[in-house]
Amino acid sequence: MLADEKNAAYEKNATHEKNVVLEMRKVCKAFERPSGGPLLALADINLCLREGEILGLLGRSGSGKSTLLRIAGGLMEPTSGDVLYRGKQLTRPEEGIAVVFQTFALLPWLTVIENVELGLDALGLPREEARRRAMSAIDLIGLDGFQSAYPRELSGGMRQRVGFARAIVVQPTLLLMDEPFSALDVLTAETLRTDFLDLWIEHQLPTKSVLLVTHNIEEAVSMCDRILVLSSNPGRIAAEIPLPLAHPRNRLDPEFHDLVDEFYSILTSRAAESIKAQSQIHGGLVQALPPVGLHLMSAVMDAVAGPPNDGQADLADLARLPDLAAKDLFAVAEALHILEFAELKDGAVKLTAAGRVFAQCEAEERKRLFKEHLLRFVPFAAHIRHVLDEREGQSAPRVRFESELEDHLSESDAEKTLLTVIAWGRYGEIFAYNDQTRMFSIDHV
Amino acid sequence: MVAPFVITQQPRISLSPAVLPMYALRTTLRMLAALVASLVFTFTYATAAGKSRRAEMVLIPLLDVFQSVPVLGYLSFTVLFFVSLFPGSILGPELAAIFAIFTAQAWNMAFSFYQALRTIPSDLDETSRSFRLSAWQRFWRIEVPFGMPGLIWNTMMSMSGGWFFVVASEAISVGTIQIALPGIGSYVALAIKQRDLAAVGWAIVAMTLTILVFDQLLFRPLVAWADKFRFEQTAAQIVPRSWLLDLFHQTRSLRRLGEPIGIVLNSVVRSRVSFLRRTHQRFSMRRQRTGDIAWFAALAVTLVYIGRELVKFAAPVLSWNDFVIAAGNGGLTLARVMILIVVASLIWVPIGVAVGLRPRLAEKVQPVAQFLAAFPANLLFPIAVYVIVRFSLGPKIWLTPLMILGTQWYILFNVIAGASAFPSDLREAAASFRVRGWRWWREVMLPGVFPYYVTGAITASGGSWNASIVSEAVSWGPTHLNGSGLGAYIAQMTDAGDYPRIALGVAVMSVLVIAMNRLLWRPLYAFAERRTRLD
Repeated sequence: MLADEKNAAYEKNATHEKNVVLEMRKVCKAFERPSGGPLLALADINLCLREGEILGLLGRSGSGKSTLLRIAGGLMEPTSGDVLYRGKQLTRPEEGIAVVFQTFALLPWLTVIENVELGLDALGLPREEARRRAMSAIDLIGLDGFQSAYPRELSGGMRQRVGFARAIVVQPTLLLMDEPFSALDVLTAETLRTDFLDLWIEHQLPTKSVLLVTHNIEEAVSMCDRILVLSSNPGRIAAEIPLPLAHPRNRLDPEFHDLVDEFYSILTSRAAESIKAQSQIHGGLVQALPPVGLHLMSAVMDAVAGPPNDGQADLADLARLPDLAAKDLFAVAEALHILEFAELKDGAVKLTAAGRVFAQCEAEERKRLFKEHLLRFVPFAAHIRHVLDEREGQSAPRVRFESELEDHLSESDAEKTLLTVIAWGRYGEIFAYNDQTRMFSIDHV
Repeated sequence: MVAPFVITQQPRISLSPAVLPMYALRTTLRMLAALVASLVFTFTYATAAGKSRRAEMVLIPLLDVFQSVPVLGYLSFTVLFFVSLFPGSILGPELAAIFAIFTAQAWNMAFSFYQALRTIPSDLDETSRSFRLSAWQRFWRIEVPFGMPGLIWNTMMSMSGGWFFVVASEAISVGTIQIALPGIGSYVALAIKQRDLAAVGWAIVAMTLTILVFDQLLFRPLVAWADKFRFEQTAAQIVPRSWLLDLFHQTRSLRRLGEPIGIVLNSVVRSRVSFLRRTHQRFSMRRQRTGDIAWFAALAVTLVYIGRELVKFAAPVLSWNDFVIAAGNGGLTLARVMILIVVASLIWVPIGVAVGLRPRLAEKVQPVAQFLAAFPANLLFPIAVYVIVRFSLGPKIWLTPLMILGTQWYILFNVIAGASAFPSDLREAAASFRVRGWRWWREVMLPGVFPYYVTGAITASGGSWNASIVSEAVSWGPTHLNGSGLGAYIAQMTDAGDYPRIALGVAVMSVLVIAMNRLLWRPLYAFAERRTRLD
């Protein structure tokens, strides 16, 4: 009864914009921590998806964008706030919404056509009708001839085509895409993106709107009509930017280039702010560390220090270097920023004095410098060392630090942060860690 | 307690080799009936445990207990039940025998399917939800296929164990109940009574052929067919093949025969069939907690009730002395199992490694080892007993190896599998750094095959406990040999129809098996998993 009234009220509200497909109002999502108490993943999300547009959700990993997509698909319920699909409360997966998954999510025991028909099973169509619709989706997406193959016989690109065909065959009004190209190599991803855009522009798809989740800035700029930038911890909408460029878009176009740069600077200033904010809360002890290894950090510092960059480089340019392509450059830049080897500003990485020294010196010296910065700028690493120094036997179990991290971070962030601290601590030789016994200790060599 | 078992027409067992094909067929049919029952049990029990948190709390520990109760221990009790269900009919004992085989097969199949349900990848789960599959569609299109490889492997393991029990459960003798169901097991039992070594030989031949036919006509095609359910997206190195399946795929007339069945199955699996409309409810935490408390209270009351009934049943008959005797026998059997596992490991691990590292040889030896594991060792007991009687050897020592006669092969074929799967680059690295001798075993090979070895040893040890009931007390015609131990104790009490003491013996054995699993095998398994993982 109450819910009905609420629904009616929303429908009245929504009538002023008839072409709204999906709307979120004040959506929050909190997960329960093992230690008890909620952890906020998404806070105060308001968005509106209209007919005829591709809306991009751009954010770093851990910004909650996949959670947001699952809420939009009815696969997850928000902790508070409202989700309206076509003006009605969305509480479970609805007919008319289809998802394309990052991992393709194909059933290996079904052939291509059986996988595509899976989407139709819930509709209870007669056999011939289902087969006819599946065949036409397969033709449309460029899979004809492969209908009786099993997924394991196909390349990654072809598999994701099956993923697209399976979503399109149910003639969805709303298509949700969860990083659909990120598991593919660069060239394959580009081909599939272009093919999809061609179908979209020529109105060959039954779909009215698309929600695309991605962390790839160029991908977002080449596909979307509007982009929402999500910040991390908790995920909030940090910026909304319309992209008035006409399709097909040319990557060499200066306008395209400027937009990409703009997104890099929004994201960098966000990242710098969030690092600053994190070091101020929780007494500065706990901060989420990006999972970045030493080799990658050194490689980026070398690239920034060397010609033609001379100590400062745009992330957009670094992303085009063959060695660094497809890596999460933001994570590296963030790690350098945390360790104060570089500063992250306006879409560029600028090495600090220490960063320049690091890039120039030899292995032993690098290690010493890294150790110094690790103890000074990563309070949690210093904390571990301090605990070990205090303890008798100079060792401590992993659980102890794990639970400290879990008090402030989500389980997966805590795990990632701990693994990063272990890797950094081992390199800087500030402590040793034995995974068999799960103990930290001080290694006197 | 029960009226003597009288059936109007007690089937007569003949020792003529001509009846063996018929007996083999009846034995096989019992196996198949039990297999169907096990599958139905797996799909219902494991699904209930996998889908409901509260059911899981009860069903999984219960399954753990079921699994540790010796199979022949069930038989003594279920015979009574089934016989009273169909008084005077042969159907009662038939069902009891089928049930015994069922208890040898069902538990690990259910465990494997439950594990599969718990580990369905989240993207498949989301796919099924976002395409709004009904529970029925989800079960047949996602859950069953995902669990299929594990289920088939466990079914094969179950079947190899099953032959042992089908033989043991055909000639049933519990107190006053004496039944012989027509089958290979009864044939051998009669041969033992009449001291006919030639008949034992015929039975061994018949059993061998039966197992080979079963393997070729049922399991090979099944394994080859189930290859498509592998979840890894990469192509397999070795694709299992079956001539029967190939024949079926390549012959148009056969294919046409199968087509209508395929169409019917397909439409059944894909129809929505929703028994209950999924209602969408959000329970508050407090309501959930109240429900849990009520559930635990109900469980506690049931447990107390069962405990009181048990005490009522056992207290008038059993004294402390009985416990001491049963525990002492348990200790003896425990020592035997441990020693046998150590001895079998010392013999079979080096041989398994040597075979496994030679792919050509492994290809030939592996099917033989699997066949030996499936072959019911109790058919060979008469020969061993004949030898012991002939040379008047001490039964306490010389009956002991019989326990592991049938189950040692699990160690062999698992070690062969482990050594074959050992990465060749690691072997080459060891060779190029000239790691040899004991160091090669300790640092290269043994850690490499360790997880496989543990899997094999767990199966071998479980099988030995089960086998102790038939191997610690044996007879040859009028001669009875008693090696003492818990198995002999249970067998003796079963003969006497002393139900409280059968229950005591079975309970002691279950406790020992559970203790051994918890204290030895599980930690070893966890260690093996942790140690040998590279990621």
